[in-house]
Parts: sequence; C-alpha cells; structure tokens
Amino acid sequence: MSEQLPTTQKKTGLSFSSKRSLTGWGFLLPASLLIAWMSFYPMVRALILSFQTGPGSRLTFLHPFYQNYARMFKDEMFRMSLSNTFIYLIIQVPIMLVLALIMANLLNNKKLKFKGVFRTAIFLPCATSLVSYSLIFRTLFANDGFVNTILLNLNIIEHGINWLGNTGTARFVLILALIWRWTGYNMVFYLAALQNLDYSTFEAARIDGANAFQLFTRVTVPQLKPMILLTAIVSTNGTLQLFDESWNLTNGGPAGTTMTMSHYLYEVSFQKSSNFGYASALSYVILLLVAVLALIQMKVGDKR
Amino acid sequence: MNSKASNISAYVFLILAALCSVFPLYYMAIAATNTSVDVIRGTLLPGTHLFQNFSNLVAGTPLGIAMKNSLVNATSLTILSLVICSIAGYGFEIFHTKGKDVVMNILLLAMMIPFASTMIPLFRMFGQMGLVGSTVAVILPTISTPFLIMLFRQSSRDFPHEIIEAARIDGLNEIMIFFRLFIPTMKSTYSAAAVITFMGAWNNYLWPRVILLQKETMTMPMLISNLKAGYVTDYGMLMLAVLICTLPTVVIFFFFQKSFAEGISGSVK
Repeated sequence: MSEQLPTTQKKTGLSFSSKRSLTGWGFLLPASLLIAWMSFYPMVRALILSFQTGPGSRLTFLHPFYQNYARMFKDEMFRMSLSNTFIYLIIQVPIMLVLALIMANLLNNKKLKFKGVFRTAIFLPCATSLVSYSLIFRTLFANDGFVNTILLNLNIIEHGINWLGNTGTARFVLILALIWRWTGYNMVFYLAALQNLDYSTFEAARIDGANAFQLFTRVTVPQLKPMILLTAIVSTNGTLQLFDESWNLTNGGPAGTTMTMSHYLYEVSFQKSSNFGYASALSYVILLLVAVLALIQMKVGDKR
Repeated sequence: MNSKASNISAYVFLILAALCSVFPLYYMAIAATNTSVDVIRGTLLPGTHLFQNFSNLVAGTPLGIAMKNSLVNATSLTILSLVICSIAGYGFEIFHTKGKDVVMNILLLAMMIPFASTMIPLFRMFGQMGLVGSTVAVILPTISTPFLIMLFRQSSRDFPHEIIEAARIDGLNEIMIFFRLFIPTMKSTYSAAAVITFMGAWNNYLWPRVILLQKETMTMPMLISNLKAGYVTDYGMLMLAVLICTLPTVVIFFFFQKSFAEGISGSVK
C-alpha cells in the first residue's frame, strides 16, 4: 500500500501507523500488566519461597536450598495426594471424554428428536458450582443418604455402605461426581467441532458400506483429534488442580486417601503449622506436572 | 432393522444420560422442601418444609450477607474483566504487529499456570498491601485472563475494518471507535464472556476462602461449605442453601445457554 503513496504522504502515513501502533499498546497494557502482576510475578515469588522456610513474617533461605524439594520424597501425605490425583486423572478423564464423544456424536444426528432437551439436560450440571455439586453428592452418598436408602429398600444390600468412609468407595463417588459435572462441558466442545466437519467424508464412507460404529471410530474421531487433544489438556490441567471436591465431598478422607495435591497444599499453607516455603515447593511440582503432561499430550497428539 | 435398533439404543442411552444429569439437581430441589427426616427416608416428592428450612437457614447463617457479597464480587469482576480483556483483545487484533504477537504468546503461557502456584505469593502480596478481606483482593487476580483476551481477539477478526476506517475519517478517536462501534456490534461475544465470567466468579471457592477471613465478607460457596461442618447435618436446610447458591447460575444457564456454550468453546474456533 505505502509504495503507491508519494513520498510526502508516506512520511505522514508512517507516523500515523506508528501512532496507531502506540494506541494499540495502550489498549493491551492494562490486561497485560494485570497478568504480569497477578500471575507471572507471583509465580517467580513462589519459586523463591520454595527455597525458604519459617513463618510468613520471618522467612529464611534453606541450606541446601533444595531442602523443601528433598523433603517431599519422604513425605507420605504428599506421595498419597500425588497418587490420588493420578488415580483420578487416569480413570476419570478417559471415561469422561469417551462418554462426551459418544453423546456429542449421538446429538449431532440431524434426525434425532428432542435434541435440545437432551443437550440442555446433559449440559446442565455445568451450571452448578463445584462446592454445590460436591455437597449434593455428599448428601446422596451419606450413610443415611438416598443411595443407601434405595439399595436397602430394594434388598440389594443388607447393611448401608459407608461410601465416604472407605477408600475405594470414596474414590468411586468422587470420580462419579467429576464425571457427572464435566461430561456435558466437554460434549459442548465436541458438538462445536462436529458442526465444522466435512460431510462429504461421511457420505463417502457410507457409500463404501461403513456402519455407524465404523463411521464414528474411523471418520469422526480422527477428524476431531485436535479438539480431543485440547479437551484432554484442559481436563488434565483441571484434574491436577482439584480442590473443591476433595475438600467438600470427602474432606480428603478417610485418612487422606482421597486427598488431592491442591488440598494437601492448602493444608500445608493454611492449616495446622502453616509452612509457605514447603507449600510453594509443592505448588511447583503441580506446575511442572501441568507443563510436562501438556507437552507429552501435544507430542502424542502430533504423532498420531 | 439394524438402523432401527441402533436408533432405539441411541434414545435409551440419551434418556439415561439426561436422567442421570438432572437427577441430583432434582433431588436437591426436592430435599430443600422436606424435613431432614423425610430426606433420610428417601422421599422424591415435594414437601411442605420449605419455609421452615428457609427460616432456619436465615437464623443460623449470614445468608443475606453472603448473597450480597457474592453478587457484588461476581458483578464487579464481570464488568471490569469484560472491559479490560475486550479492549486488549481488540488491541491485539486491530493494531496487530509482530511485537504484539510475542506479547500475546507470553500471556497465553499464563493459562498453564496452576492457581495453586500463585496462591501463596498472592496471599502475601495482598497482606502487605493491607487488602486481605477486601473485594479488590478477591477479584484482582482474575480480572485479566488470557482466555477472555483470546475470545475477544477472535471476535475482533469479524469486525469490519471499513467501519473503523470510516469512523477515523469522521474524526472519531480510537477509544471512541472501540466504545461506540465495537462494543455495540459485538453483543453476542460480550454476553458469552459475561456469562462464563459471572458463573466462574460466582462459583469460585478456593481463593475467596483463602483471602476472605471474616464472616462479613463470606460468599455463598463458603457459606454452604461451612454448613457441612456440624456433627448432625440438617439435610433439608443444607440442600436449600445449596439450591439458593445454585439458582442464580442455573437461571443464567437457562436464559443464556447458547452464549454459555459459545463462551466456553468460543476461543478455540
């Protein structure tokens, strides 16, 4: 464009555009500064904190500086919270994503009746807060809760199950609750992606004699790969940061066997003898895990 | 025949999924109208104890205060967030330069920072500023999010540049163009952003729990979470409190479901 302009105008044009560029910087300054101040700066502070020890007002550097990190290897509770978090991640995320994919695929059928009703119903759990649904599930699965009452009345069990008092069942309830809350959320991503798919590929596969299942696994899923990757990363990120459910549904119990990493971090930070230095070291483990798992998923996603 | 059978199984699957999705919320609403004893008996029909549960709740908890705090926090965060993030998203797209792309990529990295690893320094920073327990401290960390900036950046792509050029010739300055032309034409993006921001703020629990210490600053999720602490739980009252906490977001969900769906999947087009 500017090549066509005479030199005199070119000069003013340039100053215009640099002025505009400056205005642009002004536009993005508040948001950028806030993110720098409220995310990046605290992240650096947390790293420094993770090499320190002592109460909040009198922090001193450790010798050797990595002592907080070394301490984790001997910390039973940390190991427990780490393995709990991975149990949720490995079991819950795949089940949820597969369910969401199937539902999105079924709802994408043009001939399906009551589509809107189904979509709204399955999407509805997303409107509840994490604390709310944790408490609903806590009530449903209480010793004198609805699930036990029904199972007893139907003579399926003889004694009420202490759902939240046993490790296995407590983890089961927590995973069930997570699936309930987040499947519809992921389904929305897939529905959005399905609408942008190329329908000629479906027609071609159908003419070649593919059945519904083959159509789903061979045509739909491969085309949704970028979206599946995205939801996997988002879900992994979310699972590594679980707090509300662990705190409100199971309270980490029994004996810490359902406690998540963020829950443990909260306890180290603000309960009992608060230790900001050690908690910051723990937070860096979560940060590293989020980054490493996202990288792995991107690499795997690229190859397939 | 085969397609008919698969059709029926599709309906069965979807009906089951829909029932499972709705049931816990139905149960919550029903329990809110019953006595704790009836809830334990497993009733699934509306009761007559709603008013009693409500007066117990009002007598036993700072319900009004928590409701007001949640509303003030979520509304102020939503307004500030929308203005600051949309102006940034617009700036990134309309005044696009390579330098700004670099900045955007750096900001996107913030999406991967778990809140856990900024929480403690944030708590100490607000402590040093003497802002612990204030609305500012609750909302400041989440006003500017890479997600919303991306959302507005994407939608700015559809904003016709001719309008901007015409407005410039008419003598409007850049800020006026943004406020008078961009905001009114981008209503759907703004409502999508407003819905997800408000819901997120209303439902946020960990940070308010950390930074708001007194009863006077309590929010709704904190209030209902505290109700479970007693030895004997009044299930009717608890479920009513959960219902009241859930109602605003469910109402928003029903009125703005499309915006909500656009909001969560919008920036990944």
